[in-house]
Amino acid sequence: MRTGETRWAYTFLLPWIIGLVLFQAGPMIASAVLSFTDYDLIGAPEFVGLDNYAALAADPRVARAIENTLLYTVIHVPLACVLALGLALLLNQVTGRAAGVFRTVFYLPSMTPTVAVGVLFLFLLNGQAGLLNEVLGVFGIEGPQWTSDPDWMLPGIVIMSLWNLGASTIVLFAALRNVPRELTEAAMIDGAGSWQRFRHITLPMISAALFFVVIVDTIAALQMFDQVYTMYFGTSQAQQTTGDAALFYVVYLFQQGFQYLHMGYASALAWLLFAVIAVITFIQIKVGDRLVHYE
Amino acid sequence: MKRLAVLLLVAISACGGVGSSTSGFTTMGFGLPDEIATTRVDAFKKAHPDIPVTINQGQFDEQAFLSSVASGNPADVVYLPREKIGGYAARGALQPIGGCIGEQAIPTGDYYPAAAAQVQLQGQWYGIPEFYNSVVLVVNDKAAKDAGVDPAKIDTSDWDALADLAAKMTKTSGGTIERLGLHPKLPEFLPLWAKANGADLLSADGTTPHLDDPKVAEALEYAAKLIADQGGWKRVKAFADTFDYFGAGNPFAKDQLGMLLTEQFVVAAMAGVDPDAEITVLPFLGRDGQPVNSVGGNAWAVPKGAKNPEAACVWMKEMTSTETWIAAARARQAKRSAEGKVNIGTYTGNMKADDVIFREIVKPSGRRAYDDAVTVIRSVQQAGFTVPPSRAAAEFTTAYQQAATRVLQGAQPAADSLRQAQAEAVKALGP
Repeated sequence: MRTGETRWAYTFLLPWIIGLVLFQAGPMIASAVLSFTDYDLIGAPEFVGLDNYAALAADPRVARAIENTLLYTVIHVPLACVLALGLALLLNQVTGRAAGVFRTVFYLPSMTPTVAVGVLFLFLLNGQAGLLNEVLGVFGIEGPQWTSDPDWMLPGIVIMSLWNLGASTIVLFAALRNVPRELTEAAMIDGAGSWQRFRHITLPMISAALFFVVIVDTIAALQMFDQVYTMYFGTSQAQQTTGDAALFYVVYLFQQGFQYLHMGYASALAWLLFAVIAVITFIQIKVGDRLVHYE
Repeated sequence: MKRLAVLLLVAISACGGVGSSTSGFTTMGFGLPDEIATTRVDAFKKAHPDIPVTINQGQFDEQAFLSSVASGNPADVVYLPREKIGGYAARGALQPIGGCIGEQAIPTGDYYPAAAAQVQLQGQWYGIPEFYNSVVLVVNDKAAKDAGVDPAKIDTSDWDALADLAAKMTKTSGGTIERLGLHPKLPEFLPLWAKANGADLLSADGTTPHLDDPKVAEALEYAAKLIADQGGWKRVKAFADTFDYFGAGNPFAKDQLGMLLTEQFVVAAMAGVDPDAEITVLPFLGRDGQPVNSVGGNAWAVPKGAKNPEAACVWMKEMTSTETWIAAARARQAKRSAEGKVNIGTYTGNMKADDVIFREIVKPSGRRAYDDAVTVIRSVQQAGFTVPPSRAAAEFTTAYQQAATRVLQGAQPAADSLRQAQAEAVKALGP
C-alpha cells in the first residue's frame, strides 16, 4: 500500500520534476559552465577560467548596480512589509459583504501587468506634468523631477513598487485570521490595550507569515527587473537618457547578455546574484530563528 | 503512438516557427503597417508566385533573433536597424551577401553612399538598405516670430546666435517649462553635434574611437549648455518625455517647442495629421556652413543558418528595387490624395528610386511648409553620414551616450566624461 502510494506520489510529482530538471536545474548548470567562458551566443564558448569573475570585481557598473539594488531593497522591503501589514489589519476589521469587495480591491493592483505599471508610473511621476507633483503643488510643494533627476529616480521606483502589495497583504491577512480569538479576548479581560494586544499577541502569532513576506520580498527586490526596465531601459531613447541612476543588477545582467552578447559574463553576474541572495537569505533565516514564533 | 507523433509534428509546424520550407522562406522583424509595405510585398508575390513567403509580423527583437540564430533555426531574412549590422556581422550572426548581390545583379551603386557604408564591414556586404532617414531642423514659426526672427533665416552654423535664439524662444513659468527653445536631442545626436564641429566619433574603418577629440568635447559642452540654459537637464528631459511627436497634439501644434532636430519621418507624420502646421524645415548646418545630416534606417540581412538564403536574396532585391519603391511611393501618394492629406514623399535608400519619386510622383501640395520641407530634405541627403559599423557597435554607442548623459546630469565635465568613454570604447573595440 505504502509502495503504491509512493509510486503515485512520484507520478504526480513527475511533471514538476521534469520541469525542474529541464527548465531550472539544466539552465542553471549550463549557466554555471558558461560563466567560465567567453560566449556570444553565435560562436562556440571559449574557456577563460575565472576571467569573468575577475572582471566583475573591476567593473564600476557592477558596483553601481549593486549599490542601487541594495539601496532599493533596504528602503522597499521594510516599507512594503509595514504597508502590507497595515492594509491586512484594515482588511481584518472589515466584516460582512464588504469584506470580499475590499479584499478584491486590495488585490487588484497585483493583477496589473508589471509593464503597464511601469509605463503608468512614468506618467504619474513625470516632474513637469505628472499627477504626483500636481498633487504636491496643491500643498505648495514643488515636487522633484522623479524620472529625470538621478537623485530622485530611486525614490520614484520605490513609490512605484508600493503599488503592488496585494500578495503580501493577502498572506498577512490570512495569518491575522488565524490568530486565536480567545487569546485576544483573554488579554482584553486582563486590561491590555490595543497596542499591547498587537505587540504581544498579534505580532508573535503572525511572525512566521511576516518572516515569509520579508524573505520573498527581499528576493524579489534583489531581482527587480521588469518595471525598471520598462520605465528606464525599454526603448533606446529611454536607455540613452537615464544613465546609471536606475541601473539595477538584473537590468545590467540583461544588457550584458542580450545587448552586448557577453553571455559568459552575464552568467557570472547571475551566479554572483545567486550567491548574494543565498547569503542574505541565510542571515535572515538565522535572525528569524530568534524572532519568529512558531506554534 | 505513431499517430501521436504525426499529430505532434503537425501541431509544431502549425505553430509557425521561424524555420523555412524547402521552397518558401520566412521573414523576421518586418510588419505590414501601411501601403509602403503591402505594395512591395504584393510586388514580390506577383513577380515570384513560386516562392511562398511567411511574414512573421512584429518589430525586430534582438533576443528572439539571437536565440533563433543560436538554436540554428533563424528566419531566412531579417529586417533590422542598420546600425546593428556591424556588430552582428563581426560575431558571425549574419552572412556576407556578396554572392547574392552578384547573382541577382543588385545595383549597389544606386544606394546612398552613407546607407551603403552602414551595411558593410571590412569591405563585405551584409545587408541591403531600405529607408533613408535624414535629420533636419524643424522651426516653430510662432516661436521664431515671438523671438523677432525670420524662421527661414535661422543659421545653425553660428553657435552663439543659435544659443541666444534658443534662450529667447524658451518659455518657463515657475519651475515648469512651457516651451523649449531648441531640443538638441542629446545624447542620441552626439555624432551630429560632433560632426557639426568637424569631428568624427569613430574612424572610417570602425576600429579607432575618437571620443577624446577636443572638438567632440567642445560640441558636447555646447549642446549640454544649451540644455542647461533652457531649464536644465532634469526639467528638459521630463518635459520632452511628455511629447507626442506623431499625433495631432504634437509639440509644434501645442507650441511646446521652438526648434527641434529630428528625422524627416516626424515631418511626414505631421503632414498627415497637421497639414496647416506653421513650421519651417531647415538644413542643420555645421560650423563651416555646410549641411550635416546623420542618417539612419533599416536594412535586410540574411542570418547565419538561414535555410533558404537564395529566396531571401530574391526578396531583398525585389523589396528594394527601383521599380518596387516607385510602386510603393505611388500607392502612398494615391492614398494621401484620396484622404486629402499632404504627402512629403517616401525617402528610400535607393537614389534612383528617389529621383523618380520626387520628380514624377510627389507634387507640390500647396502647403508652403511641407513643400519647402521636401526641397530641404532632398538637399541634405547627399550630406548624409553615419557612425561607421564596428565589431562592438552596441558597446561603442553605450559608451558615448553614457558619457553625454553624465555631462547632461552634471556628474562629470565633458572632457573627463569623454576620456572615460574613450577608454571604454578602446576596450570594447579591442586591438
